[in-house]
Amino acid sequence: MAVKAAGRAASRTRNHDGPVSGPDNKPELIQLLTPEGERAEHPDYPLELSADEVKALYRDLVLVRRIDFEAIALQRQGELGIWASLLGQEAAQVGSGRALGPRDMAFPTYREHGVAWCRGLDPAKLLELYRGVSHGGWDPKTHNFHLYTIVIGAQTLHATGYAMGIQRDGALGEDGEAVIAYFGDGATSQGDVNEAFIWASVNTAPVVFFCQNNQWAISEPLDRQTKIPLYMRAQGFGFPGLRVDGNDVFACLAVTRKALQAAREGQGPTLIEAYTYRMGAHTTTDDPTRYRLSAELESWKLKDPIERVKQYLIRSGLAQEDFFTSVSDEADEVGARLRKACLEMPDPEPLSMFDNIYVDRNALVAHEREQLESYLSSFAEEDAR
Amino acid sequence: MTALTLSRALNEGLRKAMENDPKVLIMGEDVGKLGGVFRVTDGLQKDFGEDRVIDTPLAESGIIGTAIGLALRGYRPVCEIQFDGFVFPAFDQIVSQLAKMAYRSLGNVRLPITVRIPFGGGIGAVEHHSESPEVLFVHTPGLRIVSCGDPADGYALIQQSISSDDPVIFFEPKRRYWDKSEVDLAGAVAAAPALDSARTLAPGEDLTLLCYGPMVRTCVEASAAAREEGKSIEVIDLRSLSPLDVSTIVSSVRKTGRCVVVHEAPVTAGIGAEIAARVSEECFYSLEAPVLRVGGYSTPYPPSRMEEHYLPDLDRVLDTVDRSLAY
Repeated sequence: MAVKAAGRAASRTRNHDGPVSGPDNKPELIQLLTPEGERAEHPDYPLELSADEVKALYRDLVLVRRIDFEAIALQRQGELGIWASLLGQEAAQVGSGRALGPRDMAFPTYREHGVAWCRGLDPAKLLELYRGVSHGGWDPKTHNFHLYTIVIGAQTLHATGYAMGIQRDGALGEDGEAVIAYFGDGATSQGDVNEAFIWASVNTAPVVFFCQNNQWAISEPLDRQTKIPLYMRAQGFGFPGLRVDGNDVFACLAVTRKALQAAREGQGPTLIEAYTYRMGAHTTTDDPTRYRLSAELESWKLKDPIERVKQYLIRSGLAQEDFFTSVSDEADEVGARLRKACLEMPDPEPLSMFDNIYVDRNALVAHEREQLESYLSSFAEEDAR
Repeated sequence: MTALTLSRALNEGLRKAMENDPKVLIMGEDVGKLGGVFRVTDGLQKDFGEDRVIDTPLAESGIIGTAIGLALRGYRPVCEIQFDGFVFPAFDQIVSQLAKMAYRSLGNVRLPITVRIPFGGGIGAVEHHSESPEVLFVHTPGLRIVSCGDPADGYALIQQSISSDDPVIFFEPKRRYWDKSEVDLAGAVAAAPALDSARTLAPGEDLTLLCYGPMVRTCVEASAAAREEGKSIEVIDLRSLSPLDVSTIVSSVRKTGRCVVVHEAPVTAGIGAEIAARVSEECFYSLEAPVLRVGGYSTPYPPSRMEEHYLPDLDRVLDTVDRSLAY
């Protein structure tokens, strides 16, 4: 694990344009809330949050984790085919997700359940995909949240193209639009991600590349993907990169907000490496005990993204026990609603597999649809006999 | 009527599409100042600007991937892949993203993207510049695959492809870029068959000769040569390879009883194989001979000094026609 020892933030001001390292030559980790729940300041990322805003972030984090737990349980009970857990990555997703303006566009992988929540997508829509009822099926325009993309890194090009569209629409400026592309540490090895970096750079496209470095690409640790800290790659492509504590929702919010604003104002892309940890398995079919040590997991438990916000709220007297109880109760309700929606989800009609392949009529599709229809109805005739 | 080369006719078609719809963009390698290595986009950047005619980085996956993003934003990109053999870096974006996005979104997303690919051999090129990969895309649901056979049809078909709300892979027969024919710039689109329809180029009674792209000219010439020997050959330019215009094929073969399919691509699992299966199913009682295929061999595209032996030509087509008629 080449960059595992990054640890605590080195408190040094950095220039937004260059690779940075602290006095001990370790990558700087931008942090505004320590794992112990203490507020830290960073000269480049001042962040003022009201009590209500902090509480809202806490609520997001808890609800998102609850949705994830419920989905894992549903998979274990045979109601979902598979689930990709976000456990441990809540702060990276909620922080960046809440940094987005309503007109900004997000391009997720298949693990951005926390971002989906922030964008207002019904979590049951995510279950449709993992249950096998649809391949996604939501309208990206409704919440400015694109469809989940399963092929690793492919969406970074879509995000970049979309950002080029914003430029052509003249939608840049202080109140303009920007795009965020999500991907993981493994994806940084993909050609598409590197091509997206190049395209975004030479076009000065308004896109923020948000890499959740959760240390693992299924069984492969970070040192199988990179010899240098990932955020440093940005310099070679000609735009700024930074590393943020991905378990710090405040810092993720602040750095993403700033990068999005820079994008909107025509300054081009930023690479944000949210340094975090995949606390669970890659998906419900994975067994991480085959390839990683529990000691690593234990050390990351001490950096839990939710606990630190709770500690901050308690220490600063912003919230009392009744608040935490009410969020916990709401989480149970959200979980129960999700479970109910999953169990009530009807299987799609077989003939609907022929729908939406093409916009215009396609004779071949129509023909095969008729074939299946008549085949299926032959059983009905048999039954009637 | 104006006499135009295929390259020029496509250029005029692109120009028309850009004039008609400000959302139409052109993107690819060297499509701007240079006008494309075959000059198909010549002069378009000068007239429509660098925002609409985009010289892209040299990255085919990036061309298709960013075109998808632009389409999601409401644009109608026309991408150029410089040569057939260079489409493979973009294969994932075409097959896994472009072809499937409408389906994935339950119809909420449309990707009206046209991907132009110069294809086929016969120009004495080095490796990767003479291939016919069309069937790889035909095997991918969600794409429409078309190919033009002459300047007049190229002018119409490119505009029909750009107008389509489905993704279209548009194969241009590169060795025919310099062929000239009369094009009706005002009326060609209205007069053209639908995007998914074949066209009959020469009516005939004895045999149906099916072709597309670079083989259209070869087959028309074969038909004329056969006519001198008293054989009546019906030539059909398929135009659309996905979906195939099965009803036009079937009604012709039911009439003639014989069918020969010609393409440059290897015959193994090619369009000819698909047509043979459809014809045997739909025309079984009309057939006087098995469906025969003329095409490339199951070799990689050979070095160009051998390509005249690889590519179907007039003699090979006529030889196969004779074999069919001999049944």
